[in-house]
Formats: sequence, C-alpha cells, structure tokens
Amino acid sequence: MKIIVDLDKCQNYGQCTFEAPTVFALDNDGVLVYQTEADSALADDVNAAADVCPMQAITIIHD
Amino acid sequence: MTVVVVGAGLAGLRAAEAVRGHGLAVTVLGDERHLPYNRPPLSKAALRESATAADLAFRIRRDDLGWRLGQPVVGLDLYRREVLLADDTVPFDALIIATGIRPRVLPVPGPPPMVLRTVEDAEALRRALTPGRRLLIIGAGFIGCEVAATARAMGCAVTVCAADAEPMIRPLGEHLGAGLRRRHEQAGVEFHLGVGVSGYEPSGVTLSDGRTLTADVILSAVGSVPNTQWCAGNGLDLVDGVLTDNRLCAVRTTAAGEEGAEAPVLAVGDIARFPNPLFDEVPRRIEHWSMPTDTGRRAGAVIAALLAGQSPALDFRPLPSFWSDQYDATLQSFGMPALGVPTLASGSWDGDCIVEYHRDDVLVGVVGVNRTRELATYRPRIGSVSDASQPAAD
Repeated sequence: MKIIVDLDKCQNYGQCTFEAPTVFALDNDGVLVYQTEADSALADDVNAAADVCPMQAITIIHD
Repeated sequence: MTVVVVGAGLAGLRAAEAVRGHGLAVTVLGDERHLPYNRPPLSKAALRESATAADLAFRIRRDDLGWRLGQPVVGLDLYRREVLLADDTVPFDALIIATGIRPRVLPVPGPPPMVLRTVEDAEALRRALTPGRRLLIIGAGFIGCEVAATARAMGCAVTVCAADAEPMIRPLGEHLGAGLRRRHEQAGVEFHLGVGVSGYEPSGVTLSDGRTLTADVILSAVGSVPNTQWCAGNGLDLVDGVLTDNRLCAVRTTAAGEEGAEAPVLAVGDIARFPNPLFDEVPRRIEHWSMPTDTGRRAGAVIAALLAGQSPALDFRPLPSFWSDQYDATLQSFGMPALGVPTLASGSWDGDCIVEYHRDDVLVGVVGVNRTRELATYRPRIGSVSDASQPAAD
C-alpha cells in the first residue's frame, strides 16, 4: 500500500508513530519522516495511525 | 442482530466501524446532517479560512455502515429496545450512546452570544471576525484560548474574560496557565480573569464586579454539557454524562430482570464516565480528542463479546492525550495532568518546557510546549501500575 501525508496539514504531533512505529517517526528536530510504501501486513497499524492523526493528514492507497 | 449508534461524531464513527468489523450490522443516527467531521480545526484553520463539513470529514474505513443523518433523537425506551425519533422509532439489539456534548450556556440575561461547536458555528464566527473588529471571548479554556490566538492572526482586537484565575488552569495548573497567558498578552490579548459575567448587552457584557466590556463580537466558550437528556427515564445514571463500568456498559440504577434490561447499552466518547485503572477506580468523563477513538474501538469489542455470550476483560486503560496550537506554541499532553501537582522538568514556565504532574509518587500526566519528540518518552511511565505501556489495548 502507498502512504501519503499532507505535509501542509501535518503538525508533527507524532501520534502516528505510536500506532505504526516502523512506518512513521519523528526525526531529531521533531519533524515527521515516513515510508511512502508499506507491506500490507502492516495495514492494521497504518490504518490505526491514520485514524489517530489529529489533523487527519494521512491517506492510504491500498494496492 | 442490529447495533444502533446514537451520535455521528468521531466516537460514533469509530464505534460503528469497530462493531461492523466484528461482523455486526450497525446504523448510526446523527442530529447534524453531515457525516462525521473533525472539530479541532474549527477554532484554528477552519476559522481562518472557510471550510465545509466535507473538507473536515473523517476518512471512513467502511462503506457498509448505515447512516441516518439530520435526525435528532428525542427519546429512548430501553424496555422496548427502541430509540425514538421525532416521527419514527429505531429498534436495536444493542445500543451505543455517542451523543457527545454541547456548549454550556451561562444563565445570564440579554441577547445570547455566539458559541463554537459545529461547522456552521465556525463559519458564522469566521464571517464576523473581519480585521479590526473587537472580539470578546467569555471563557479561557481550550476553545477560548485557541480562538483568541486565531482571531489575533486574523487582525481582530481580542479580550478574554473568565471566572478562572489563569487560562487553561484546570488541565495545566497555575504556573503553566500563567505562562500561556503571557504568550497571549505578548500577542496583544487583554485578560479579565477571576470575574464572572452578569449580563449580555448588544455591544458587550456587564461583569459581576459591575464593569462593562464593549465588543463587536461576543463568543461564549465556558465549557460543555453532555447530551444525555434523551436517555432520561430508563434507569441510567446521567448525573454527569453516562456512568459506565470499565467495559463501557451503562450502569443501571434500577433492578434488572425486565426484557429490555438484557440489551447491551454502552457509552463512548466525551460522555462516557468510566473508571480507568491506569489512574484509579474513579469514573470520569474525559473530553480529549483521543478518547472517542479509544472508547469506540473498545465498545465494538465489548458488544461483539457480549452478543457472543462472552465476558469482556476489565482491562481498558486508555492513555488520554490532547493537543492545542496557540501562536507558535504546540501544547501536548499525555495522561491526566489535572490529577497531579505540576513540577517543571525542563525549560521555563513562559517558554518551551516539559511539566510533569505527580499524584503521590505516581506520574499521572505530562505536558510539553514545543517538545513533542521528548514528550513521547514519558508515555510508558504514566499511570499507577507497571503495565502502563499498553494504552487502549483491546
């Protein structure tokens, strides 16, 4: 699946990093870094990450 | 088996998704005519620039949820297992109460001020906040503070009056609240604190100490009231929201044994008053953005278990969290800081900082200002018992 984060919306709250830590992280400056592709085995985690984003900035495109 | 969710906000949506995910049919009833949308932007981005409910709509994971929108619920008959609409009844096998909160209204005479709860409220306020207009905000909580910051950025003159001694004093405590006030004051916001409102006038308010404040636009943001009146008369404890156990099942104050008493009734989101053993056994309502998702997921799992004749575990221990953006400050909280005594852990009260909140020797909450990454390391330490690293598991 493909993962798109609207960086105009993202406020770097980092909630996604708790739900899917292998896909989303905050760098040393507290800015979001993320993988744009993830294995479908991680679908539950990535969906949960999109759910808890306060800015609703995460879009998932399932293959 | 049909599960009915009353309330089409975030909690209702997450509960419905979870219920459907367990293979049960679900219908969501909502009084607003919109699909569920995100409310925090209403005091920030959606106030600066026009936004519709569609712009703010939540991603909905499933296309097989039933929706009946624009239909306020007027009553509940647990004995007959029916939710009452103005001109219809909706039967259920299990019920999830997700009707949320509405703005509290001060019992004050005069023309009522604006409030901010819905996307329509935000649009009306946005149209009123043209540059140079004077905005008076009654209340210094989340919404009052966020609107103050947004309105300054929109070029309005902003005055805040509140009965509290400092902004956001209840979740943050006095010192951090004072630091937040100084940020607002540096941005040009004027405060009148520790004072009530005794009258609304067409061009301002009369304060309880006799002074008057003039304004072009008045916003009342003095907290909220749970929407539970439609549940009355069914033996539920509605003193403050809906009292539930740790499963989120509503506590019945009348004896069971009637047919209707067997139907599962749960509450989720802002109105669920439940004990969270992460802290203690005291049932509390928590109006933080994270709770609808946590309680919604939990409710789905509990209803599936109950309808399958199983007993859900009493292990629901979600970690509350909230965020607030004001000027260049991003406040973020984990846990329940209001339960503890604040200690400055790093930084300064007036600047970027981390504040720990302890009750006895237990870390019950942590708040950071512009310290998101560092704050995350606190999460596993919050709570009363060792197994605090698994919030919201279900």
